[in-house]
Amino acid sequence: MAFNIYDFTTLTHSIHVGLAESFSPVVATTIEWIIVGVTYLLFVALFGLFLVYAERKVCAAFQQRLGPMRVGPWGLLQTIADFIKLLMKELIMPRKADWFLYNIAPFIVIIASFMAIAILPFAPGLQSFDFDIGIFYLTAVSSVGVIGILIAGWSSNNKYSLIGAMRSGAQILSYELSVSLSLLTMVVFAGSMQFSTIVEGQRDAWYIFSGHIPAMIAFIIFLIAGTAETNRGPFDLAEAESELVAGFHTEYSGVKFAMFFLAEYINLFIISAVAATVFLGGWMPLHFGNLESFNHVMDFIPPVVWFFGKVLFVIFIIMWFKWTFPRLRVDQILTLEWKYLLPINLVNILLMALVVLTKFHF
Amino acid sequence: MKSFIEYIVSVFKGLWTLLVGMKVTAKYFFTPWNHVTQQYPENRDTLVMFERFRGEVIMPHTENNEHLCTGCGICEINCPNGSIEIISKSILTPEGKKKRIIDQHIYHLGMCTLCNLCVKACPTGAIVMGQKFEHAVWDRALLTKVLNQPGSKIAEGVKE
Repeated sequence: MAFNIYDFTTLTHSIHVGLAESFSPVVATTIEWIIVGVTYLLFVALFGLFLVYAERKVCAAFQQRLGPMRVGPWGLLQTIADFIKLLMKELIMPRKADWFLYNIAPFIVIIASFMAIAILPFAPGLQSFDFDIGIFYLTAVSSVGVIGILIAGWSSNNKYSLIGAMRSGAQILSYELSVSLSLLTMVVFAGSMQFSTIVEGQRDAWYIFSGHIPAMIAFIIFLIAGTAETNRGPFDLAEAESELVAGFHTEYSGVKFAMFFLAEYINLFIISAVAATVFLGGWMPLHFGNLESFNHVMDFIPPVVWFFGKVLFVIFIIMWFKWTFPRLRVDQILTLEWKYLLPINLVNILLMALVVLTKFHF
Repeated sequence: MKSFIEYIVSVFKGLWTLLVGMKVTAKYFFTPWNHVTQQYPENRDTLVMFERFRGEVIMPHTENNEHLCTGCGICEINCPNGSIEIISKSILTPEGKKKRIIDQHIYHLGMCTLCNLCVKACPTGAIVMGQKFEHAVWDRALLTKVLNQPGSKIAEGVKE
C-alpha cells in the first residue's frame, strides 16, 4: 500500500482499488462509507478530548494556575476519566419534558457539527468530499446546530433552558451574518467557493498576506463572529453559568450532556479550521514569493502538520479571548453585531471588491 | 460627520482596550514560572507560607523560655467569639509587692476565626499569627491549646 505523508491521494486511491477488487461496487462503497465515518468519529472523539484538556490547561495558565495535574502525568488522563464518568452517569429526564424533542436535540447539534467537519480539507487527499459550493454548504450546515439548541431549550420545559436557547438563537442568527459576510469577502478574493481551489490559490502567499488590509479586517471579524457562533466566552450568554445554571443543557445529563459538550468543541475546531483554511492557507506551507530555499524547507514539513498547527494557533487565540474578556450583556452583543461588525463588514466587502478589480494585491 | 468620526474612533478605542486586556493575560500565560498553584502534598517539605498568612495564634518564646505576655486580658476582651481565656495568678515579687501574672493563656483554635484582632490589640506584642496550617486532629479537645509554655516567665523590662 503506497503511503506518502505529503499527499494522501495515493493512500486513499489504493484503499479504494483494493476494496473494489475484492467486493462488488455496492459493498465496496458501503465499506468506504463506514471507514470514513469511523475515522471521523474517532478523530472527533479524540480531538474533542484533547481540546477539553487543552482548554483547561490554557485557562489555568491564563489565570496563573496549573490546571489538572493529578490524573496521569500532567493530568493527561483527566479528560478521559471525565468522559468515562459522563458515560456512566444516569440519564435523567424531566417528567414534563417533550420526550421526542428532548431526546433528538443532542443528535441534531452533533450531526450539524459532523456535517460541517466533512467539508474540511485536512491535507491533500484527506477530504471526504469537495464540491464547488463548499463555503456556502459550510455556512448553511453550521447554522443547523442552532435548531438543536432551540429544541433542547424548548423541550426541557425549564425557564433557564428556554432563556438560554432563545439567547443563543438571537446571537447565532445575528453573528451568522458576519461569519458569512467575512467568508464572502474571501470568496470575492479567491474567486471560488471550493475548498480545494481556495487552498490551491494560496500556494504563493496565504490570503491574509496577499489580501492585505481587507483580508486582515475580514480575519478579525471572522474570529469575533466565529467565537460568538460557537457560543464561547465572552459570548457564552447561552450558558452563562452565573445567570442561567447551564443554559440550554441544564436538564441534560450523562451521554446527552457529553454530546452537547463535544459538539461545542467540534464547533470550536470547525471555526478554527475554516479560519485556518480560508485565511491562513489550510494545509499549504508558508511560502514567500522568490525565496526558493526557504519555500523548499517549508515544503519539507508535512501538510497535516501545517493544517493542525494553524488550527491550534487559531484555537489558542479563541481560548485567549475566552479567558481574557468578561461576558457581554445581551444588548452589548447585539450592538456589537448590528452597529459595528455588520457595517464594517459591508464596507470591507466593497473594499475587497475594489482591491480585486484594481488588482492591488500580491 | 462628527458622529461618524466618533464611531470610527470608538472602533479603534474598543480594539485597543481589548488588546490591553489580552496583553495582561498573555503576560500571565508566557510566564509560567510565576504560577501560584502549590502542589501541596508533594512539596510539603519545601512549602513556605506567606508572611501575612494566618494559621493560628502563637506566643513566641525566647530560648530562656521567656515570653512578653503580662496577662492583662485585653486579647480576651477583644476576641469576638471567646476563643481566648486568660487565667492569671498573683505572685509576690522579690520586693514584696503583689503582682498579677499570666498562669495559662488558653486558646481555642476550634473556635477561632483568625480575625487577627487579638494580635492587633495586644499592648506588648506577645501573641502573633503563626504560619502552621495542618491543624487536623482526631480529637476536638486537642484544639484547645495553652499558649504559654510550662515554666515560662515574662521577659525582663516588659512595661505593664
